[in-house]
Amino acid sequence: MAKRVGMEVSLAVAEVAKLANVDVVAAYPITPQTHIVEHLAELVANGELDAAYIPVESEHSAMSACLGASAVGARTFTATAGQGLELMHEVLYVASSMRLPMVMTVANRALSSPLSVWGDHSDVMAVRDTGWIQIFAENGQQVIDNVLCAFCIAEDQRVLLPVMVHLDGFHLTHMIEPILLPEQSEVDRFIPPYHHPFPLDPDKPVTMGTFAPPIIYSEAKKAQEVNLRAAKKVILEYWDKFGKSFGRYYHPVECYLSEEAKVLLLTMGSFSETAMAAVDKMREEGKDVGLVRLRLWRPFPFEEIRQAVKNAEVLIVLDRALSFGGPAGPVCSEIRSALYNEDRKPKVISFVGGLGGRDITVTGFEKIINRGIEISQTGSEQEFEMFGVRE
Amino acid sequence: MMEKYTIYVPRLVTRRENFAPGHRACIGCGEALAVRLACKALGQNVIIVNATGCIEIISSQLPWTSWRVPWIHTLFENTAAVASGIEAGLKAMIRKGKHPAKEVKVVVIAGDGGTSDIGVQALSGALERGHDFLYLCFDNEAYMNTGIQRSSATPYGASTTTAPAGKESIGQVTWKKNMPAIAAVHDIPYVATACPSYPFDLMEKVAKGAAIDGPAYVHILSVCPTGWRCPPDLAIRIGRLAVETGIFPLYEVENGQHKLSFDLPKLRPVTDYMKLQGRFRHLTPDIINEIQSKVTEKYGELKQKMVKTGVAK
Repeated sequence: MAKRVGMEVSLAVAEVAKLANVDVVAAYPITPQTHIVEHLAELVANGELDAAYIPVESEHSAMSACLGASAVGARTFTATAGQGLELMHEVLYVASSMRLPMVMTVANRALSSPLSVWGDHSDVMAVRDTGWIQIFAENGQQVIDNVLCAFCIAEDQRVLLPVMVHLDGFHLTHMIEPILLPEQSEVDRFIPPYHHPFPLDPDKPVTMGTFAPPIIYSEAKKAQEVNLRAAKKVILEYWDKFGKSFGRYYHPVECYLSEEAKVLLLTMGSFSETAMAAVDKMREEGKDVGLVRLRLWRPFPFEEIRQAVKNAEVLIVLDRALSFGGPAGPVCSEIRSALYNEDRKPKVISFVGGLGGRDITVTGFEKIINRGIEISQTGSEQEFEMFGVRE
Repeated sequence: MMEKYTIYVPRLVTRRENFAPGHRACIGCGEALAVRLACKALGQNVIIVNATGCIEIISSQLPWTSWRVPWIHTLFENTAAVASGIEAGLKAMIRKGKHPAKEVKVVVIAGDGGTSDIGVQALSGALERGHDFLYLCFDNEAYMNTGIQRSSATPYGASTTTAPAGKESIGQVTWKKNMPAIAAVHDIPYVATACPSYPFDLMEKVAKGAAIDGPAYVHILSVCPTGWRCPPDLAIRIGRLAVETGIFPLYEVENGQHKLSFDLPKLRPVTDYMKLQGRFRHLTPDIINEIQSKVTEKYGELKQKMVKTGVAK
């Protein structure tokens, strides 16, 4: 039986990587990811985890070492945040394009300048199109559950893709939460052993990472796109299997008091729990509002989103990142594009807030929802509004 | 003696070509020859990690390959880090019983740009961490794959497309970065310089580097007729002249002990080497004298480091 423990979420992430019996961890320290990699180093130093811990000299090399480890068939894990994720950027494309599975937790952090170690989703949005499977968590339990699922998904022979599990910097990484930590035997039953079908092996030489002239590049990219979309089925399978094994179920889009609600708020990540409290309060006041939370960011769950919002009149999307000079927050842009050709669709209102670690309180979410309803009736001169900024 | 041996090299070493013929290197490519010889020295139980560059481009094109050993290319600047992951991953899996216990050497192939410029951070990190791998830098003294742009390994006075000779410039205005010395100050067990114009010496050094437990670095001067603007049939001779003029001395640094591979009692004048190459054609006698002085000085410094002098082979 799983033990219920009070534990900092970062430490729980490291404990779960240990339970998954990872072979290689290559990491470079960056706030707010540090506690994850420090605790992994500790587990290795104490002999509790038998893994190669590579203390690389940069995040670029962290991700590059992960490529190498994955290419010989090792179970591979890393973690990063903010600028670190940006330094990995070009390597992220290689991991997915070369079908090298690995799991990375991202302690979501704002981007410089000005320097900010605190949380938002600017780092995630910059790596949106890198071809990784990307899952968002709202609390510590969801983080560790999804890290377990991420190993299964990444290493499944039908998938063979890298997976990011996103946890908001500080709001999740540095929280001490009650967490059900599974037993080793439960994890062993849940995660199948990993065998890459074509590892680098002198007995069966393969060539990996050739260059492609125009005559074949498009075909390679099409295959990758088909593969990432097809991965959704496998993600759903493992979430279902996880639910049956551990009693906690996950879905690409999750709804809270949203059925038949005329006004919906959409959030991603740890802010969702505060947003739920705001929805509870407004419901008590007799307001017809609900919440939709996006869990699977890539592959994007088009159908599930359309289903979740089809009966609403207003959909208010909160982004924790700016698309400078663009049409809306990045999440809102995608939601709008998913709904554009639908006959029945809500008005979509875009807010950007919670940048660089600034909190949004229950009252804050009430204000966002009320302002969103107002904009839906009166219109706005702006493409989107930034919430809580001193003018 | 060497001059005659060279003809018989292919008969004296393994016939197996792990770097298969049919690749798309330029005629007279010193680097392709050096890679071929290195592969003969390495044998089967290797994993090659190739940086972006000439060799990657000439040997791989989806869906073809020139490689009969496992080979991976990912990016330009990260080869030493990828090698770190492969080496550490294999070691961990073997220890945990997830992988058959066999000796596999991880070998990096990279050019001078991928080594001394964009990849120097990853290389320094991997050397410092002490991974068991062999790093082969094939130095053709510029970014040849992208069209002869200068690197930090381009020699003083050479004309390249991004440091061209002109009315106000001699071309390259900086002296060649001493990459083998940079590798050596990491206190790794083995550093050597080599050149395919001395094939036995090259193969011995590659084999030695591969056999050593820990990081090893071999810096291989690779004549590039295209970039150096010299006749392809002179590629071997020019490599020989680079050594005989003292411009590219062949030596080893084994556990900190320096050893000269060839004793050169008298250096040939640098003009013997430079006059065969179009990249130096614009240089005035003043500049050539300056280069001669520098080469003589540097060779003297190197000789002082040698604790014992190797015997000429």
